[in-house]
Amino acid sequence: MTRPEMADETLFLLLHNEMVSGLYRAAEHGEGENGRCITKLENMGFRVGQGLIERFTKDTARFKDELDIMKFICKDFWTTVFKKQIDNLRTNHQGIYVLQDNKFRLLTQMSTGKQYLEYAPKYLAFTCGLVRGGLSNLGIKSIVTAEVSAMPACKFQVMIQKM
Amino acid sequence: MSRQAGRGTESKKMSSELFTLTYGALVTQLCKDYENDEDVNKQLDKMGYNIGVRLIEDFLARSNVGRCHDFRETADVIAKVAFKMYLGITPSITNWSPAGDEFSLILENNPLVDFVELPDNHSSLIYSNLLCGVLRGALEMVRLHFSPRKGGGVVEVLAGNENLEPSADISTHPLVQVCGLHDFSCCESMSRAK
Repeated sequence: MTRPEMADETLFLLLHNEMVSGLYRAAEHGEGENGRCITKLENMGFRVGQGLIERFTKDTARFKDELDIMKFICKDFWTTVFKKQIDNLRTNHQGIYVLQDNKFRLLTQMSTGKQYLEYAPKYLAFTCGLVRGGLSNLGIKSIVTAEVSAMPACKFQVMIQKM
Repeated sequence: MSRQAGRGTESKKMSSELFTLTYGALVTQLCKDYENDEDVNKQLDKMGYNIGVRLIEDFLARSNVGRCHDFRETADVIAKVAFKMYLGITPSITNWSPAGDEFSLILENNPLVDFVELPDNHSSLIYSNLLCGVLRGALEMVRLHFSPRKGGGVVEVLAGNENLEPSADISTHPLVQVCGLHDFSCCESMSRAK
């Protein structure tokens, strides 16, 4: 079964938005706890990240080291998922990496002002999970958090957990 | 390095996997959140509706299709333009009712179910119910009110059913999905509410 061209990215964006608002809507109606929504989104991302990286690294060469893996996440993985690369990758060489995306795809549809800044985290949880899931399947246990200071730009911090 | 090269052609296919996997994660989460398969179906339909309402704008902006003159043309546009554009497949249109106000869409290879095996205890879950919602939402925005026909529900036939064509019996239901575990196809027939 080959389907050469498929799933316009609009569909993913809409699905993601609807996933976020759907979960929160359900929480408001008392069908789940509000605080758990972020966790749920993160877990969904985790599962998707695991699946994606598995299929994605099928034909790639073996990774040299941790940094090589992070570069892969920033370039290939990010390009596939968000149609652009991470703009800036920094590390302290002690297991902390900061991935900066100046125009994060899932935030570009929102106002760039300060008005909706407080709602940003729920649109980032899925992606945090995505990265964590991807890394986890490459043998790296990590904690991924995100922060936004000005709207479409966003920083993901990856803290590697030494085993 | 080999992995830097030759990603271009694959990236589109990958993004479809992103969508498929994300949808899978969503359904899984909903199954955890709601005890009842019916509630999951309802939730998926609601989410689909919200997506459809927005998707139609994107569709009209991009596709350049004009006004449809009759319902058959609408059906054609849905199958050949819309499904092609967003899911890369062209469902076949069958089962026209004599009055020409009802038809079935049959998805031979539904991309949503690429990696899916439904466990036995979810026999009344309609995995792709999101699509029904999307169609309903999108069509409502262009003032076509579709509704599941009265008294009909959604039928899902699980593994072991080789008959993927809707039989006369199944086709009396407005929204029908027929699937086998490994060969999942679904068809939806809709009636047009007056």
